[in-house]
Amino acid sequence: MNQPTIARRDLLKGAAALVVAVTVPPISLLTTARAKTIHVARTLNPAQLDTWLAIAADGTITGYWGKMDMGQGVDTAIAQIIAEELDVDVDNVNIIAADSALCADQGGASGSTGVSRSGAAFRAAAAEARLVLCEKASAEFAVPMDKLEVADGVVRVTGDASRSVSYAELVADRMFDSPIAWNGEYGNSLALTSRAKSKDPKDYTVVGTSVRRKDIAGKILATTEFLHDVRVPGMLHGRMVRPSVAGASVVSVDRTSISGISNVQVIVENDFVGVVATKEWDAIQAAKKLEVKWDESDVGFPTTSDELFDWIRAATPGKSEIDEDIGDVDAAIAGSAKTITAEFEWPFQSHARMAGAASVADVRNGEAIVWTDSQKPYDTGKGAKKLLETPIGNRRRGGAKYTVRSIWKPGPGSYGRSDAGDGAMDAVLLSEAVGAPVRVQWMRHEGHAWDPKGPASVITCRAGLDDAGEVIGYHFHVKGFSRADMNSRENDPSEVLAGHLVGHASTPAWRMQTPAESYRFDNKRYSWDALPPLRKQASPLRTAHFRDPYGPEVHFASESFIDELAYASGEDPLAFRLARVTDERDAAVLEAAAELARWEPHTGPRKRRDADGTMIGQGIAYAQRNGSVNAVVGEVEVNPETGRIWVRRMYVGADHGLIVNPFTLDRTIEGNLLQSTSRTLFEEVKFDRYMVTTDDWLSYPILDVADAPLEIKIKQINRPELEPRGAGEPTTRVVPAAIANAFFDATGIRLRRVPFTPERVLAALQAH
Amino acid sequence: MDRNFTINVDGRDHTIRVDPRMPLLYALRNELGKKGPKFGCGLAQCGACTVILDGVAIRSCVMPVAAVKGKVRTLDGLSKNGKTHPVQQAFIDEEAGQCEYCISGWIMTATAFLEKDPNRSDEEIRAALAGLKCRCGTHMSILRAIRRAADEMAS
Repeated sequence: MNQPTIARRDLLKGAAALVVAVTVPPISLLTTARAKTIHVARTLNPAQLDTWLAIAADGTITGYWGKMDMGQGVDTAIAQIIAEELDVDVDNVNIIAADSALCADQGGASGSTGVSRSGAAFRAAAAEARLVLCEKASAEFAVPMDKLEVADGVVRVTGDASRSVSYAELVADRMFDSPIAWNGEYGNSLALTSRAKSKDPKDYTVVGTSVRRKDIAGKILATTEFLHDVRVPGMLHGRMVRPSVAGASVVSVDRTSISGISNVQVIVENDFVGVVATKEWDAIQAAKKLEVKWDESDVGFPTTSDELFDWIRAATPGKSEIDEDIGDVDAAIAGSAKTITAEFEWPFQSHARMAGAASVADVRNGEAIVWTDSQKPYDTGKGAKKLLETPIGNRRRGGAKYTVRSIWKPGPGSYGRSDAGDGAMDAVLLSEAVGAPVRVQWMRHEGHAWDPKGPASVITCRAGLDDAGEVIGYHFHVKGFSRADMNSRENDPSEVLAGHLVGHASTPAWRMQTPAESYRFDNKRYSWDALPPLRKQASPLRTAHFRDPYGPEVHFASESFIDELAYASGEDPLAFRLARVTDERDAAVLEAAAELARWEPHTGPRKRRDADGTMIGQGIAYAQRNGSVNAVVGEVEVNPETGRIWVRRMYVGADHGLIVNPFTLDRTIEGNLLQSTSRTLFEEVKFDRYMVTTDDWLSYPILDVADAPLEIKIKQINRPELEPRGAGEPTTRVVPAAIANAFFDATGIRLRRVPFTPERVLAALQAH
Repeated sequence: MDRNFTINVDGRDHTIRVDPRMPLLYALRNELGKKGPKFGCGLAQCGACTVILDGVAIRSCVMPVAAVKGKVRTLDGLSKNGKTHPVQQAFIDEEAGQCEYCISGWIMTATAFLEKDPNRSDEEIRAALAGLKCRCGTHMSILRAIRRAADEMAS
């Protein structure tokens, strides 16, 4: 390790007066670019250019980015945007991500806004920086601004090769000391405005090109420091001991049960139980062996995964809303010649990250530093502060005030409000209790059984057709669990598992989702019923955002049902959609996907067979999402003997606005497609009356490499006239219905319950 | 009780004092400071902890230190003498994987497999990788990288 020893107090005070050189060890750069960090002191203030960009003596640029990336190349895209506006080599741009002492809060990873929102802010900051630098050069050469040109970080007087100055010479290691217009907001909505006009997209040379991910080499060569590699002096290892079943409370803890293990402390606070040991292996053993007597008198759930959907159908909603209501749906359907109704069921699903939550926390003397891989590291810091400061039960800490720094580090892919924030709070409480830095790692069963879950739902679609087969009324209704028993951010003790266990009351919110598309129907209603959680406090089934919150669920139903309507109308599923979408971008992606797939019009299931009897089908689905739009054609084969569905080819028409990096965009889309395929074919959280029973990869299988398609083809439609739009989630929502529709084409059977396991497929085939 | 063990990892002998039942993974990460092998499940179900022991890809999260006899290679030590291992190079060139937390499973399994014989069909490659987990769903890029590495190593 070549980093300087850092006094803990210096580590913490970053936010007040920062010396970047000593607080950011080189290893945290997450980049293999040759650029180095800048060494200037500055105070975080979004209205100051210095908060966003710095230029070092060697000409390298550092961008201080208040979001994070988990391998989708978002940090690289930000570097491209900076390089583009500043006219510098992208290899000379470094990004430091989501350290609350170094980077202003831009909301962390959230809603696929990494490029769209924070990219716009950095485009403004870089354009402003270029302007400020040119103003300095203008003064130095006493020539007007329009007589200057910039290339590769050097400002030149047009037509006079003898007069030039580099950015580094203009500002190196000093502050820009220049303001930038800020909208006064933090988080996703933080926006900056430059006095300068940004580049015309037609002049782009870096944005729109396939710059390689800055993080890739370090991670492949094992030189990058992940969260899991963070080691701080005096650090101890913590493990949690979870309630025996959902809702169990501590009666007593027998510390003698682990007397054979040395250097272990047991921490019990209400129902929060953990062990802390000097050695990680000892902590694991102690957590396994610690005998806790649990009160199981008020535990479990009112239903089980086997009975879940009937339970949902019968349940009393906590809140009901109509999102969209055009014309008079009830009258239209009542007066129709033909009525079609279908129900679609989606189970609870687990984030099931590659590893359960981890974190390192150092809580001492009113100061806390939290290392986290959370998508919302700023909220991790805020949540830690509240958790430490808010009195609850017999807690002694009333009145104590904490200064908190949260530092993001890469971890296993997280796709929404996973367990990351929960793990961080476990580390915070354990560290506070023992007065030393503590590293927490959730074991596999915790990552599966105790992480927040994607919500289960039953969706009812009904439509009326007139004599000519035209759809005259369409009603989509989702009834299910809210997507936000837990907030999407861990900024409050009521929003984290540790908070619940020490006694903070859960505060579930009502959040649902209805389809996003542009279909024109004269009478149309989108409505929802949200159900309260099956268990409110410290529940292993607490719901939270899971990649494209409610997107795959509702579009599985809506795009399956649109297919049913197409056939009922006697139309080809593609032609039916094209005739009814009202946004030309929607039509364009549908046509792009269909062209790649060599779509052949058909007005009923074709039930094609390979020579060996394998059933073959194609299906299409499309959806919008926050300014992005995607269509996918899935080609499946179904083995009639085993019931296995294999999605062997996928064809995508993708429009995410302005394309920043085509290479990484392709890969991000592929990840969406395969993860969503996994959820559609394999994933279901099972639970009995007491506890989640799917607690490892055997009981909660995901897609295997054998299930990967043979081929994925993607047509990216670039929209330079638009802002770049999010790509982290939008292709997730179109996959389930594309598979279901392909299955129908292959078999003539509708699958309406996810996942499409071989058992269910066989049962469906045999029932026909 | 803790005992002394000498294990050979990435070409060097290391003497460590640990519980004989402790899995190799914890020795690699905590005693030797290796970053490549990761804790994913501790159950040999995901592959994130994979290392190569005498040419065989094994799950270090379930292999007791006392049972380790032979030479261990980790992701950290795959590239030697300033030369990037062809499998790692292929993963970099293809930008295979996403979060890369699982990547030891894919790279170490593929390396052991291709070093035995790089002349492998796509079907053989898929079969060799069965059971490994990637939650980001990056299997396509991983397969492209391994195909590329196989072709490179066979040429």
